[in-house]
Amino acid sequence: MVVTRGFRGRPRQDQATRSRVPPGQYVTSDFPVLTAGPTQHTPLENWTLSMQFGGRMLATWSWREFEMLPQSEITTDIHCVTKWSKFDTRWRGVSFDDLLRAAGLDVAPAAFVMAHCDGGYTTNLPVADLIAGKAMVATHFDGLPLPASHGGPARLLVPHLYFWKSAKWIRRIAFHEQDRPGFWESLGYHIYGDPWREQRYGGDP
Amino acid sequence: MPEPQAGLPWLIATVIELRPETATAKTIAFDVPDWRGHLAGQHVDLRLTAEDGYVAQRSFSLASAAGNGTTIETTVQRVEEGEVSPFLVDELRIGDELELRGPIGGYFTWSPPGPRPLMLIAGGSGIVPLMSMLRTRRNARDAGTALLFYSSRSFDQILYRAELDQLAAAPGALTVIHTLTRGTPPGWAGEQGRIDRAMLARRGIAASEKPDIFVCGPTPFVESVADHLLSLGHAEASIRTERFGPTGETA
Repeated sequence: MVVTRGFRGRPRQDQATRSRVPPGQYVTSDFPVLTAGPTQHTPLENWTLSMQFGGRMLATWSWREFEMLPQSEITTDIHCVTKWSKFDTRWRGVSFDDLLRAAGLDVAPAAFVMAHCDGGYTTNLPVADLIAGKAMVATHFDGLPLPASHGGPARLLVPHLYFWKSAKWIRRIAFHEQDRPGFWESLGYHIYGDPWREQRYGGDP
Repeated sequence: MPEPQAGLPWLIATVIELRPETATAKTIAFDVPDWRGHLAGQHVDLRLTAEDGYVAQRSFSLASAAGNGTTIETTVQRVEEGEVSPFLVDELRIGDELELRGPIGGYFTWSPPGPRPLMLIAGGSGIVPLMSMLRTRRNARDAGTALLFYSSRSFDQILYRAELDQLAAAPGALTVIHTLTRGTPPGWAGEQGRIDRAMLARRGIAASEKPDIFVCGPTPFVESVADHLLSLGHAEASIRTERFGPTGETA
């Protein structure tokens, strides 16, 4: 540990707050926008979400059909790898469990998924991190339709992992037998991305 | 040399030079003996530790040219109410030590010789990673077409002004277009107002030239510029962006 001369930092937070902030993160009330390219603007009439395994399409929903699926709400803290954390964010959408059910699946057909998005973004996730209420495809933030800059009309929400895993503008969920790196995971970021273990970059334990 | 190991270890960085760029921004040069080199456009994580063990981490874009040297530079804009940037700008002294790791980010990067024209578009301190690209281009004597749009609030907020003048005057086909959004000094010969669709159409590199485009700045700036670029026919995949904000507490 190297102490930097003269650095004091902010007044220390109480224990309750500190216990909610993963290592290396700071709390913001903003909701910063981070995207590798332009914001996507997909008209709802052209929007579909599909699930796929190998060459097989398991299910496809139009926006209308997607809106009819059971809705879940979650209030959760989120953590971006660029260091900010935001407390008590409120989301509504369709849980991954309900999506599987709507596709007529009792269990996922493989252990991993790659999320594919408008603009070409991808990110990989274990199915175990999506099921049992851990993740949703979110369409509303704070009671309002999700703005395009934050991933609307629909983004993945996997709040227990760094937020790059919560892919904006999601359009296709492809199941795979093997885990393989998505966009940022191929460019130096961690394959899994647990903020509590500070798995920011490839090689972090 | 560092021991070969996976990942990005924390390295000790010693401050060897401090250069004010404006009243609120400073360039910090670090000596990092174990630095393994970087590409233009990449960033580092800095870690500051207080006497009581409290730590704060933030990301900063590298401003220095790509390469394998062990001196690296970043330029820090002081964010009022920020936890880290006021310390770095106001209190850091030569000889101080902190920790950093990197380089980070494999997408918002550029290496010469660029196969296509290069169009860089900066808002405020978004110039920092783009300056790394321009310095890298100069060191490589790359003479391909390159253009920088740089939007600043006022004349005295322009970072690297003298060096940008030199780069634009040197042989090598770099055009620098400054625009000021909150008033211009007497005799100002640059653009005025925000970078809008009309300015990009009038002075930018045309979509038909298929430039590689890097846009960096505050979130609303990048959102607006990227949308204008798409409407002018630039291919989505040619536009790489880096945003900060929205209200500034990025550093």
